[in-house]
Amino acid sequence: MSIDPESMSDSVIDPHLMVRYVPAMGEPLVVMSKVNKHFGDLHVLRDIDLEVGRGEVVILIGPSGSGKSTLCRTINRLETFESGSISIDGKPLPEEGKELAQLRADVGMVFQSFNLFAHKTILENVTLGPIKVRRQSKAEADKRARELLERVGVQAQASKYPAQLSGGQQQRVAIARSLAMSPKVMLFDEPTSALDPEMINEVLDVMVELARSGMTMIVVTHEMGFARKAANRVVFMSDGQIVEQAPPQEFFTTPKTDRAKDFLSKILTH
Amino acid sequence: MIDILTEYNVLGAFVETLKYTVLAAIGSLVIGTLVAVMRVSPIGVLRGLGTFYVTTIRNTPLTLLMVLSILGLAFIVGLQLSEDFNANTFRWAVVMLSVYHAAFVAEALRSGVNTVPTGQAEAARSIGLTFGQSLREVILPQAFRGAIAPLGSTLIALTKNTTVAQVIGGSEAAGLLSTIVENEGSSYGAFLIIALGFVILTLPTGIAFTHLSERLAVRR
Repeated sequence: MSIDPESMSDSVIDPHLMVRYVPAMGEPLVVMSKVNKHFGDLHVLRDIDLEVGRGEVVILIGPSGSGKSTLCRTINRLETFESGSISIDGKPLPEEGKELAQLRADVGMVFQSFNLFAHKTILENVTLGPIKVRRQSKAEADKRARELLERVGVQAQASKYPAQLSGGQQQRVAIARSLAMSPKVMLFDEPTSALDPEMINEVLDVMVELARSGMTMIVVTHEMGFARKAANRVVFMSDGQIVEQAPPQEFFTTPKTDRAKDFLSKILTH
Repeated sequence: MIDILTEYNVLGAFVETLKYTVLAAIGSLVIGTLVAVMRVSPIGVLRGLGTFYVTTIRNTPLTLLMVLSILGLAFIVGLQLSEDFNANTFRWAVVMLSVYHAAFVAEALRSGVNTVPTGQAEAARSIGLTFGQSLREVILPQAFRGAIAPLGSTLIALTKNTTVAQVIGGSEAAGLLSTIVENEGSSYGAFLIIALGFVILTLPTGIAFTHLSERLAVRR
């Protein structure tokens, strides 16, 4: 009796839908439990429970002000939270100091406004972390940075400054800068929202490639195309709560809750 | 006017002024950077100390600080910075000029730090840089560039404020002026020469800093 190798692997790519199904296996990489946060009187995160498995790509979606960006930013403690716990790769998130810095080195972050270091060249942007945090030699860091810049398609811009690049190019450099740290998980906080329409795809292509390579990703985005192509799970948030989660196809075609239906009707009718 | 130039060591006095300026500029830059770092640090006590320094020093007349150094610290407390009388005066004057202008440097730098978008610090932290590394590698280099113009103004003020060293017997340009006035009586010539000397020192500083602030501006 022959065994179909596809059915044995834990990642199956449906060539028609281009969706990977990764069953949650073993210890999850990111675990948030009962996380609460307020901005003054506003309860922005309410009892958030979320587990993200190794290699999983999770999309956070929801109306503005629903807390999705805040959730994303609490994972590397760019935002503090009041109660609950977050652990990454089995280790609880340190409150501050060197341990927190070390943890952040393992968690890549891509921002809406790119945030490339304005006074450093593209190459220096990518090598700063490896040299200062990972203690790599300059030659070693340079070599790896050039490989990464090539991977995201901006190798020709290595000696320029961020302001000389287009938004799409800057965001791809920002992805390379995160990748240079060899992170365990990458957070994307609305990575395409500040881009001109014609530049969105060049960034999404890099992200899709990254997802295919097995990177664990948590992405705040409204790009349905990306969600369908690369995500394992869509997490829908509203008013600081996780309201619904499902694989993208299921979520977009048959949302269960009224709030998700209402939200989707507003963004999909155009 | 010519005889003043030939009879008195005008050049030597301005060399002395320049020495005060350069040394106090370095001193105030070092102290001012430390104070600025304290003022933006996440530790409340340090922030408080930084604020206290700036408020106290900035609101105390330089002349008072100068007199305090020699009468209070050197003669009463007995803190001599050198056995030699003139060297002691010189060093105390440099220290007080540094301490005083550090408050202004700190404020210039803090305004520079405020020109750096928060995203820069967040990106620095997100790649795993510690607070100190973020400051050194990302925030301060950009803050200095954003603070060049006010730092230039502080340096010009410092150059002219070296004249206050005269009250404790500093032998710089203003000290020479009072000597000339004492010996020769006051004259337009003497004032003109000293004033011109300061213009020659400060005008290029202003031009250089304007040029630098344009050239080194961080493009965003």
